[in-house]
Amino acid sequence: MNPWRREGDKIVTKLERQEAAILRAMVSQVSDMLEARAEEAPQDELAELTGIRTGPSTSPDDPILSRLLPDFHRLDEDKPEKDAMDSAAALRSLHEPTLLDMKTGVAAVVLETCPPDGGLVRLNPEQADAWLAALNDVRLALGTALDVTEDMPDELPDDDPRADHLPVYHWLTVVQEELIHAVSS
Amino acid sequence: MTTPVELGETHGAEVGAVDKPWQTIVWNDPVNLMSYVTYVFQKLFGYSRDRATKLMLDVHHKGKAIVSSGDKDKVEGDVAKLHAAGLWATMERDS
Repeated sequence: MNPWRREGDKIVTKLERQEAAILRAMVSQVSDMLEARAEEAPQDELAELTGIRTGPSTSPDDPILSRLLPDFHRLDEDKPEKDAMDSAAALRSLHEPTLLDMKTGVAAVVLETCPPDGGLVRLNPEQADAWLAALNDVRLALGTALDVTEDMPDELPDDDPRADHLPVYHWLTVVQEELIHAVSS
Repeated sequence: MTTPVELGETHGAEVGAVDKPWQTIVWNDPVNLMSYVTYVFQKLFGYSRDRATKLMLDVHHKGKAIVSSGDKDKVEGDVAKLHAAGLWATMERDS
């Protein structure tokens, strides 16, 4: 890809057709997972009446969703304290609906501003921040799926089932790193 | 940083016990970029680049850092914002 550059208050890059397709597919996939989680939220009359939404009180079973939607307390994996568990459950139901909205919101910004066939991407500062958050969510999702470590090699042996997907992860890292550089320069 | 001794004593244990401050903790993870974590600390908390970088390095080297503190509502809001940015944050009572 072409590096991101500043044009006045806009941040601009050009994506190849294939790059745009991969990016849009990854962002859509994560957004779909988040929307599916949102649909699991308990529906009750009180919530409809008051407009105060409540989310689920337990962490998602799926490791990707669980990383995107963390607990508010660090719970002891073997014997979590009851108070901490109760508090984490309450805070999750309170905050998760908004968090899901924010995450699907930033994904929507990427899908609106990334041309499906590739080409010019022009972002205002708010859109650039949305891209940063959405790129980060996609890297978290892929990183969790691929079980990445801090010293992940550039390539994995051919017989590693993750070998085919690792280049996408590394590419997304470059896109995000360059965008941070452009935004903070 | 200095703390005036008189102030702590005048307000006594009452305030301290009821209003025990909370802390926002960010944990290290293998995905989030050092540059991104620094950017998020600057953006969300208005920290200088130096302060944000120091906190990021603490997360990276020590595994975690306390990035803000205050009453429960404030810290809860900070954790929610960090989650939106994709950082692994939790809150705990200052002990």
